Amino acid sequence: MSNQRFFKKAYSHLSFRIGFIGSLIFALLALISIFWTPYDITQLDIANRFLPLSSQYLLGTDFFGRDMLSMLMSGALTSFIVAFIAVGIGLSIGVPLGLLAASYGGILEWLVLKGNDFLFAFPAIISAIIITTVFGPSAINAIIAIGIFNIPVFARVARGGALSIISHDYISAARLSGRSSFNIAFKHLLPNITSLLIVQASVQLSLGILAEAGLSYIGLGTQPPATSLGLMLKEAQSLFLLYPMLAILPGITIIAIVIFLNLLGDGLRDTLDPKLARQETLDAAS
Amino acid sequence: MVSFFLQRIFGFILTVFIASLVIFLLLDILPGNPARFILGINASEQSVNMLAEQMGLNQPIWQRFISWFLRLLVGDFGISHSQNISVFSLILERLQITLPLAIFAMVIAISIGLPIGIMAANRHGKISDSFLMMLAQTGVAIPNFWFGMLLVLLFSVTLGWLPTGGFTPWNENYLLSLKSLILPSIALALPQASILARVMRTALIDVSHADYIRTAQAKGLTKKQAIWRHGVQNAMLPVLTILGLQFAFLIAGTIIVENVFYLPGLGKLIFTAISERDLIIVRGALIVLVIGVTFIMLIIDLLYALIDPRLRLRGKQ
Repeated sequence: MSNQRFFKKAYSHLSFRIGFIGSLIFALLALISIFWTPYDITQLDIANRFLPLSSQYLLGTDFFGRDMLSMLMSGALTSFIVAFIAVGIGLSIGVPLGLLAASYGGILEWLVLKGNDFLFAFPAIISAIIITTVFGPSAINAIIAIGIFNIPVFARVARGGALSIISHDYISAARLSGRSSFNIAFKHLLPNITSLLIVQASVQLSLGILAEAGLSYIGLGTQPPATSLGLMLKEAQSLFLLYPMLAILPGITIIAIVIFLNLLGDGLRDTLDPKLARQETLDAAS
Repeated sequence: MVSFFLQRIFGFILTVFIASLVIFLLLDILPGNPARFILGINASEQSVNMLAEQMGLNQPIWQRFISWFLRLLVGDFGISHSQNISVFSLILERLQITLPLAIFAMVIAISIGLPIGIMAANRHGKISDSFLMMLAQTGVAIPNFWFGMLLVLLFSVTLGWLPTGGFTPWNENYLLSLKSLILPSIALALPQASILARVMRTALIDVSHADYIRTAQAKGLTKKQAIWRHGVQNAMLPVLTILGLQFAFLIAGTIIVENVFYLPGLGKLIFTAISERDLIIVRGALIVLVIGVTFIMLIIDLLYALIDPRLRLRGKQ
């Protein structure tokens, strides 16, 4: 199925459409925050702190008197960026490894599989602890830690997808005509698994948003004065018993983004292959 | 079968060894002299050198790694210099919170998630199925620590039923200890239960379409009997895989949720150690985490082989 036709078909799928539009709205709100937010969040306004929801401050203000809506927009941007780059790391390292493993086989494949198993012993939080101990806390740590976690995931998906098409005649034809395994991996296997990778990317993106929140919440990720949805929750930790909104709003934003991304992923997966959809739900759950 | 088991156990040991090496090396490239850090900036060059000598810091790195790893094998994790206690006993003490927390969470997740999954599968395609799956879809998206904060708001602040946080040691009053773990385990269990429900449902639906179920029905069993006698065992395979992965992540997840409830578990130990630059603790605690995660994966692999005869045969060849 060509990519264009694939997305047309996906768009007729209800959960994809809801997920796509929802994610798009949040992504746009986050992007807009680069140029404009309702209030300037670098300006502290102590006189106006802890304001409730009102027509002036739609979602109220926080402990520094910063507008919560502006904070959420800007925080979502950081969360998106962290999750995006982490997916990029997983794609750019994991996919080549998975493809080469499938096309070369032998010792290379064995090494990639063993490496995968090994990386699974390092949940993002463990890598984040190591990196933070060595370099100190920062948003970049979160990116690297989540990225490391993404590598084996994409390697596995790429290898699995490649193995399912590697027995096709055109691959044998390419081999017979003298194409190298390397060439086959990137010229023939890669183009045929792009939709598979896009599906997995949407899943990892939503997991990345959740992971960023967790890491920043315990102080291993984004640091002030920057802000992220997870950092907002960390800062609310000592205040939320008195001002629940400070914790509830960022939490709901995270949940909404993650649900929309998951719906988008489910829709894509269904379109790709209804049989695969069941299989992959199991993978996504991990 | 035996060779399959041995192979897996060897893989486990290898993973732990390489992980130890990686953790050791990474924490070793840290800038600054640990001996200097312990003694403070006012210590004389001579005493720093002496302590460095004592700590074995002057030996080549591979020698230090080997001796550290060998001591690790017999449970000697070294002495914490910030607290002057054996790191092993420190970790054991903290595990008394972290481990029960992870186990409670797992038990709650299984006892909620699996029935919901089975219920949804039995009502496949009906409105109640969609409703349950919508709940699960939401549950997967909720950060566990945030859910913990909400639980505190509801059950501790508004209703006053349970403590907002902190921990009473087991030997003082185990009922109070249990009480302080209730909310954290529920918080940890929610996303896990949602994932389990989804996996259980998918696995059962898959199984009910399988050829052998149709064959069993053709031989006179009702569909329910056929699924119960032949299907459930097969449906449990994917569920088991997810359970293993989940338990591994639960152990890591406790570190985050402990923070919400001010529980002095493994997470607290690690973060305090990081801020006090007590690398011996960080190193030891990380190794314990990695061993825990890898060990659970090993157990799941072995259980898998016991349940699935196909895998057992493949191990033989």
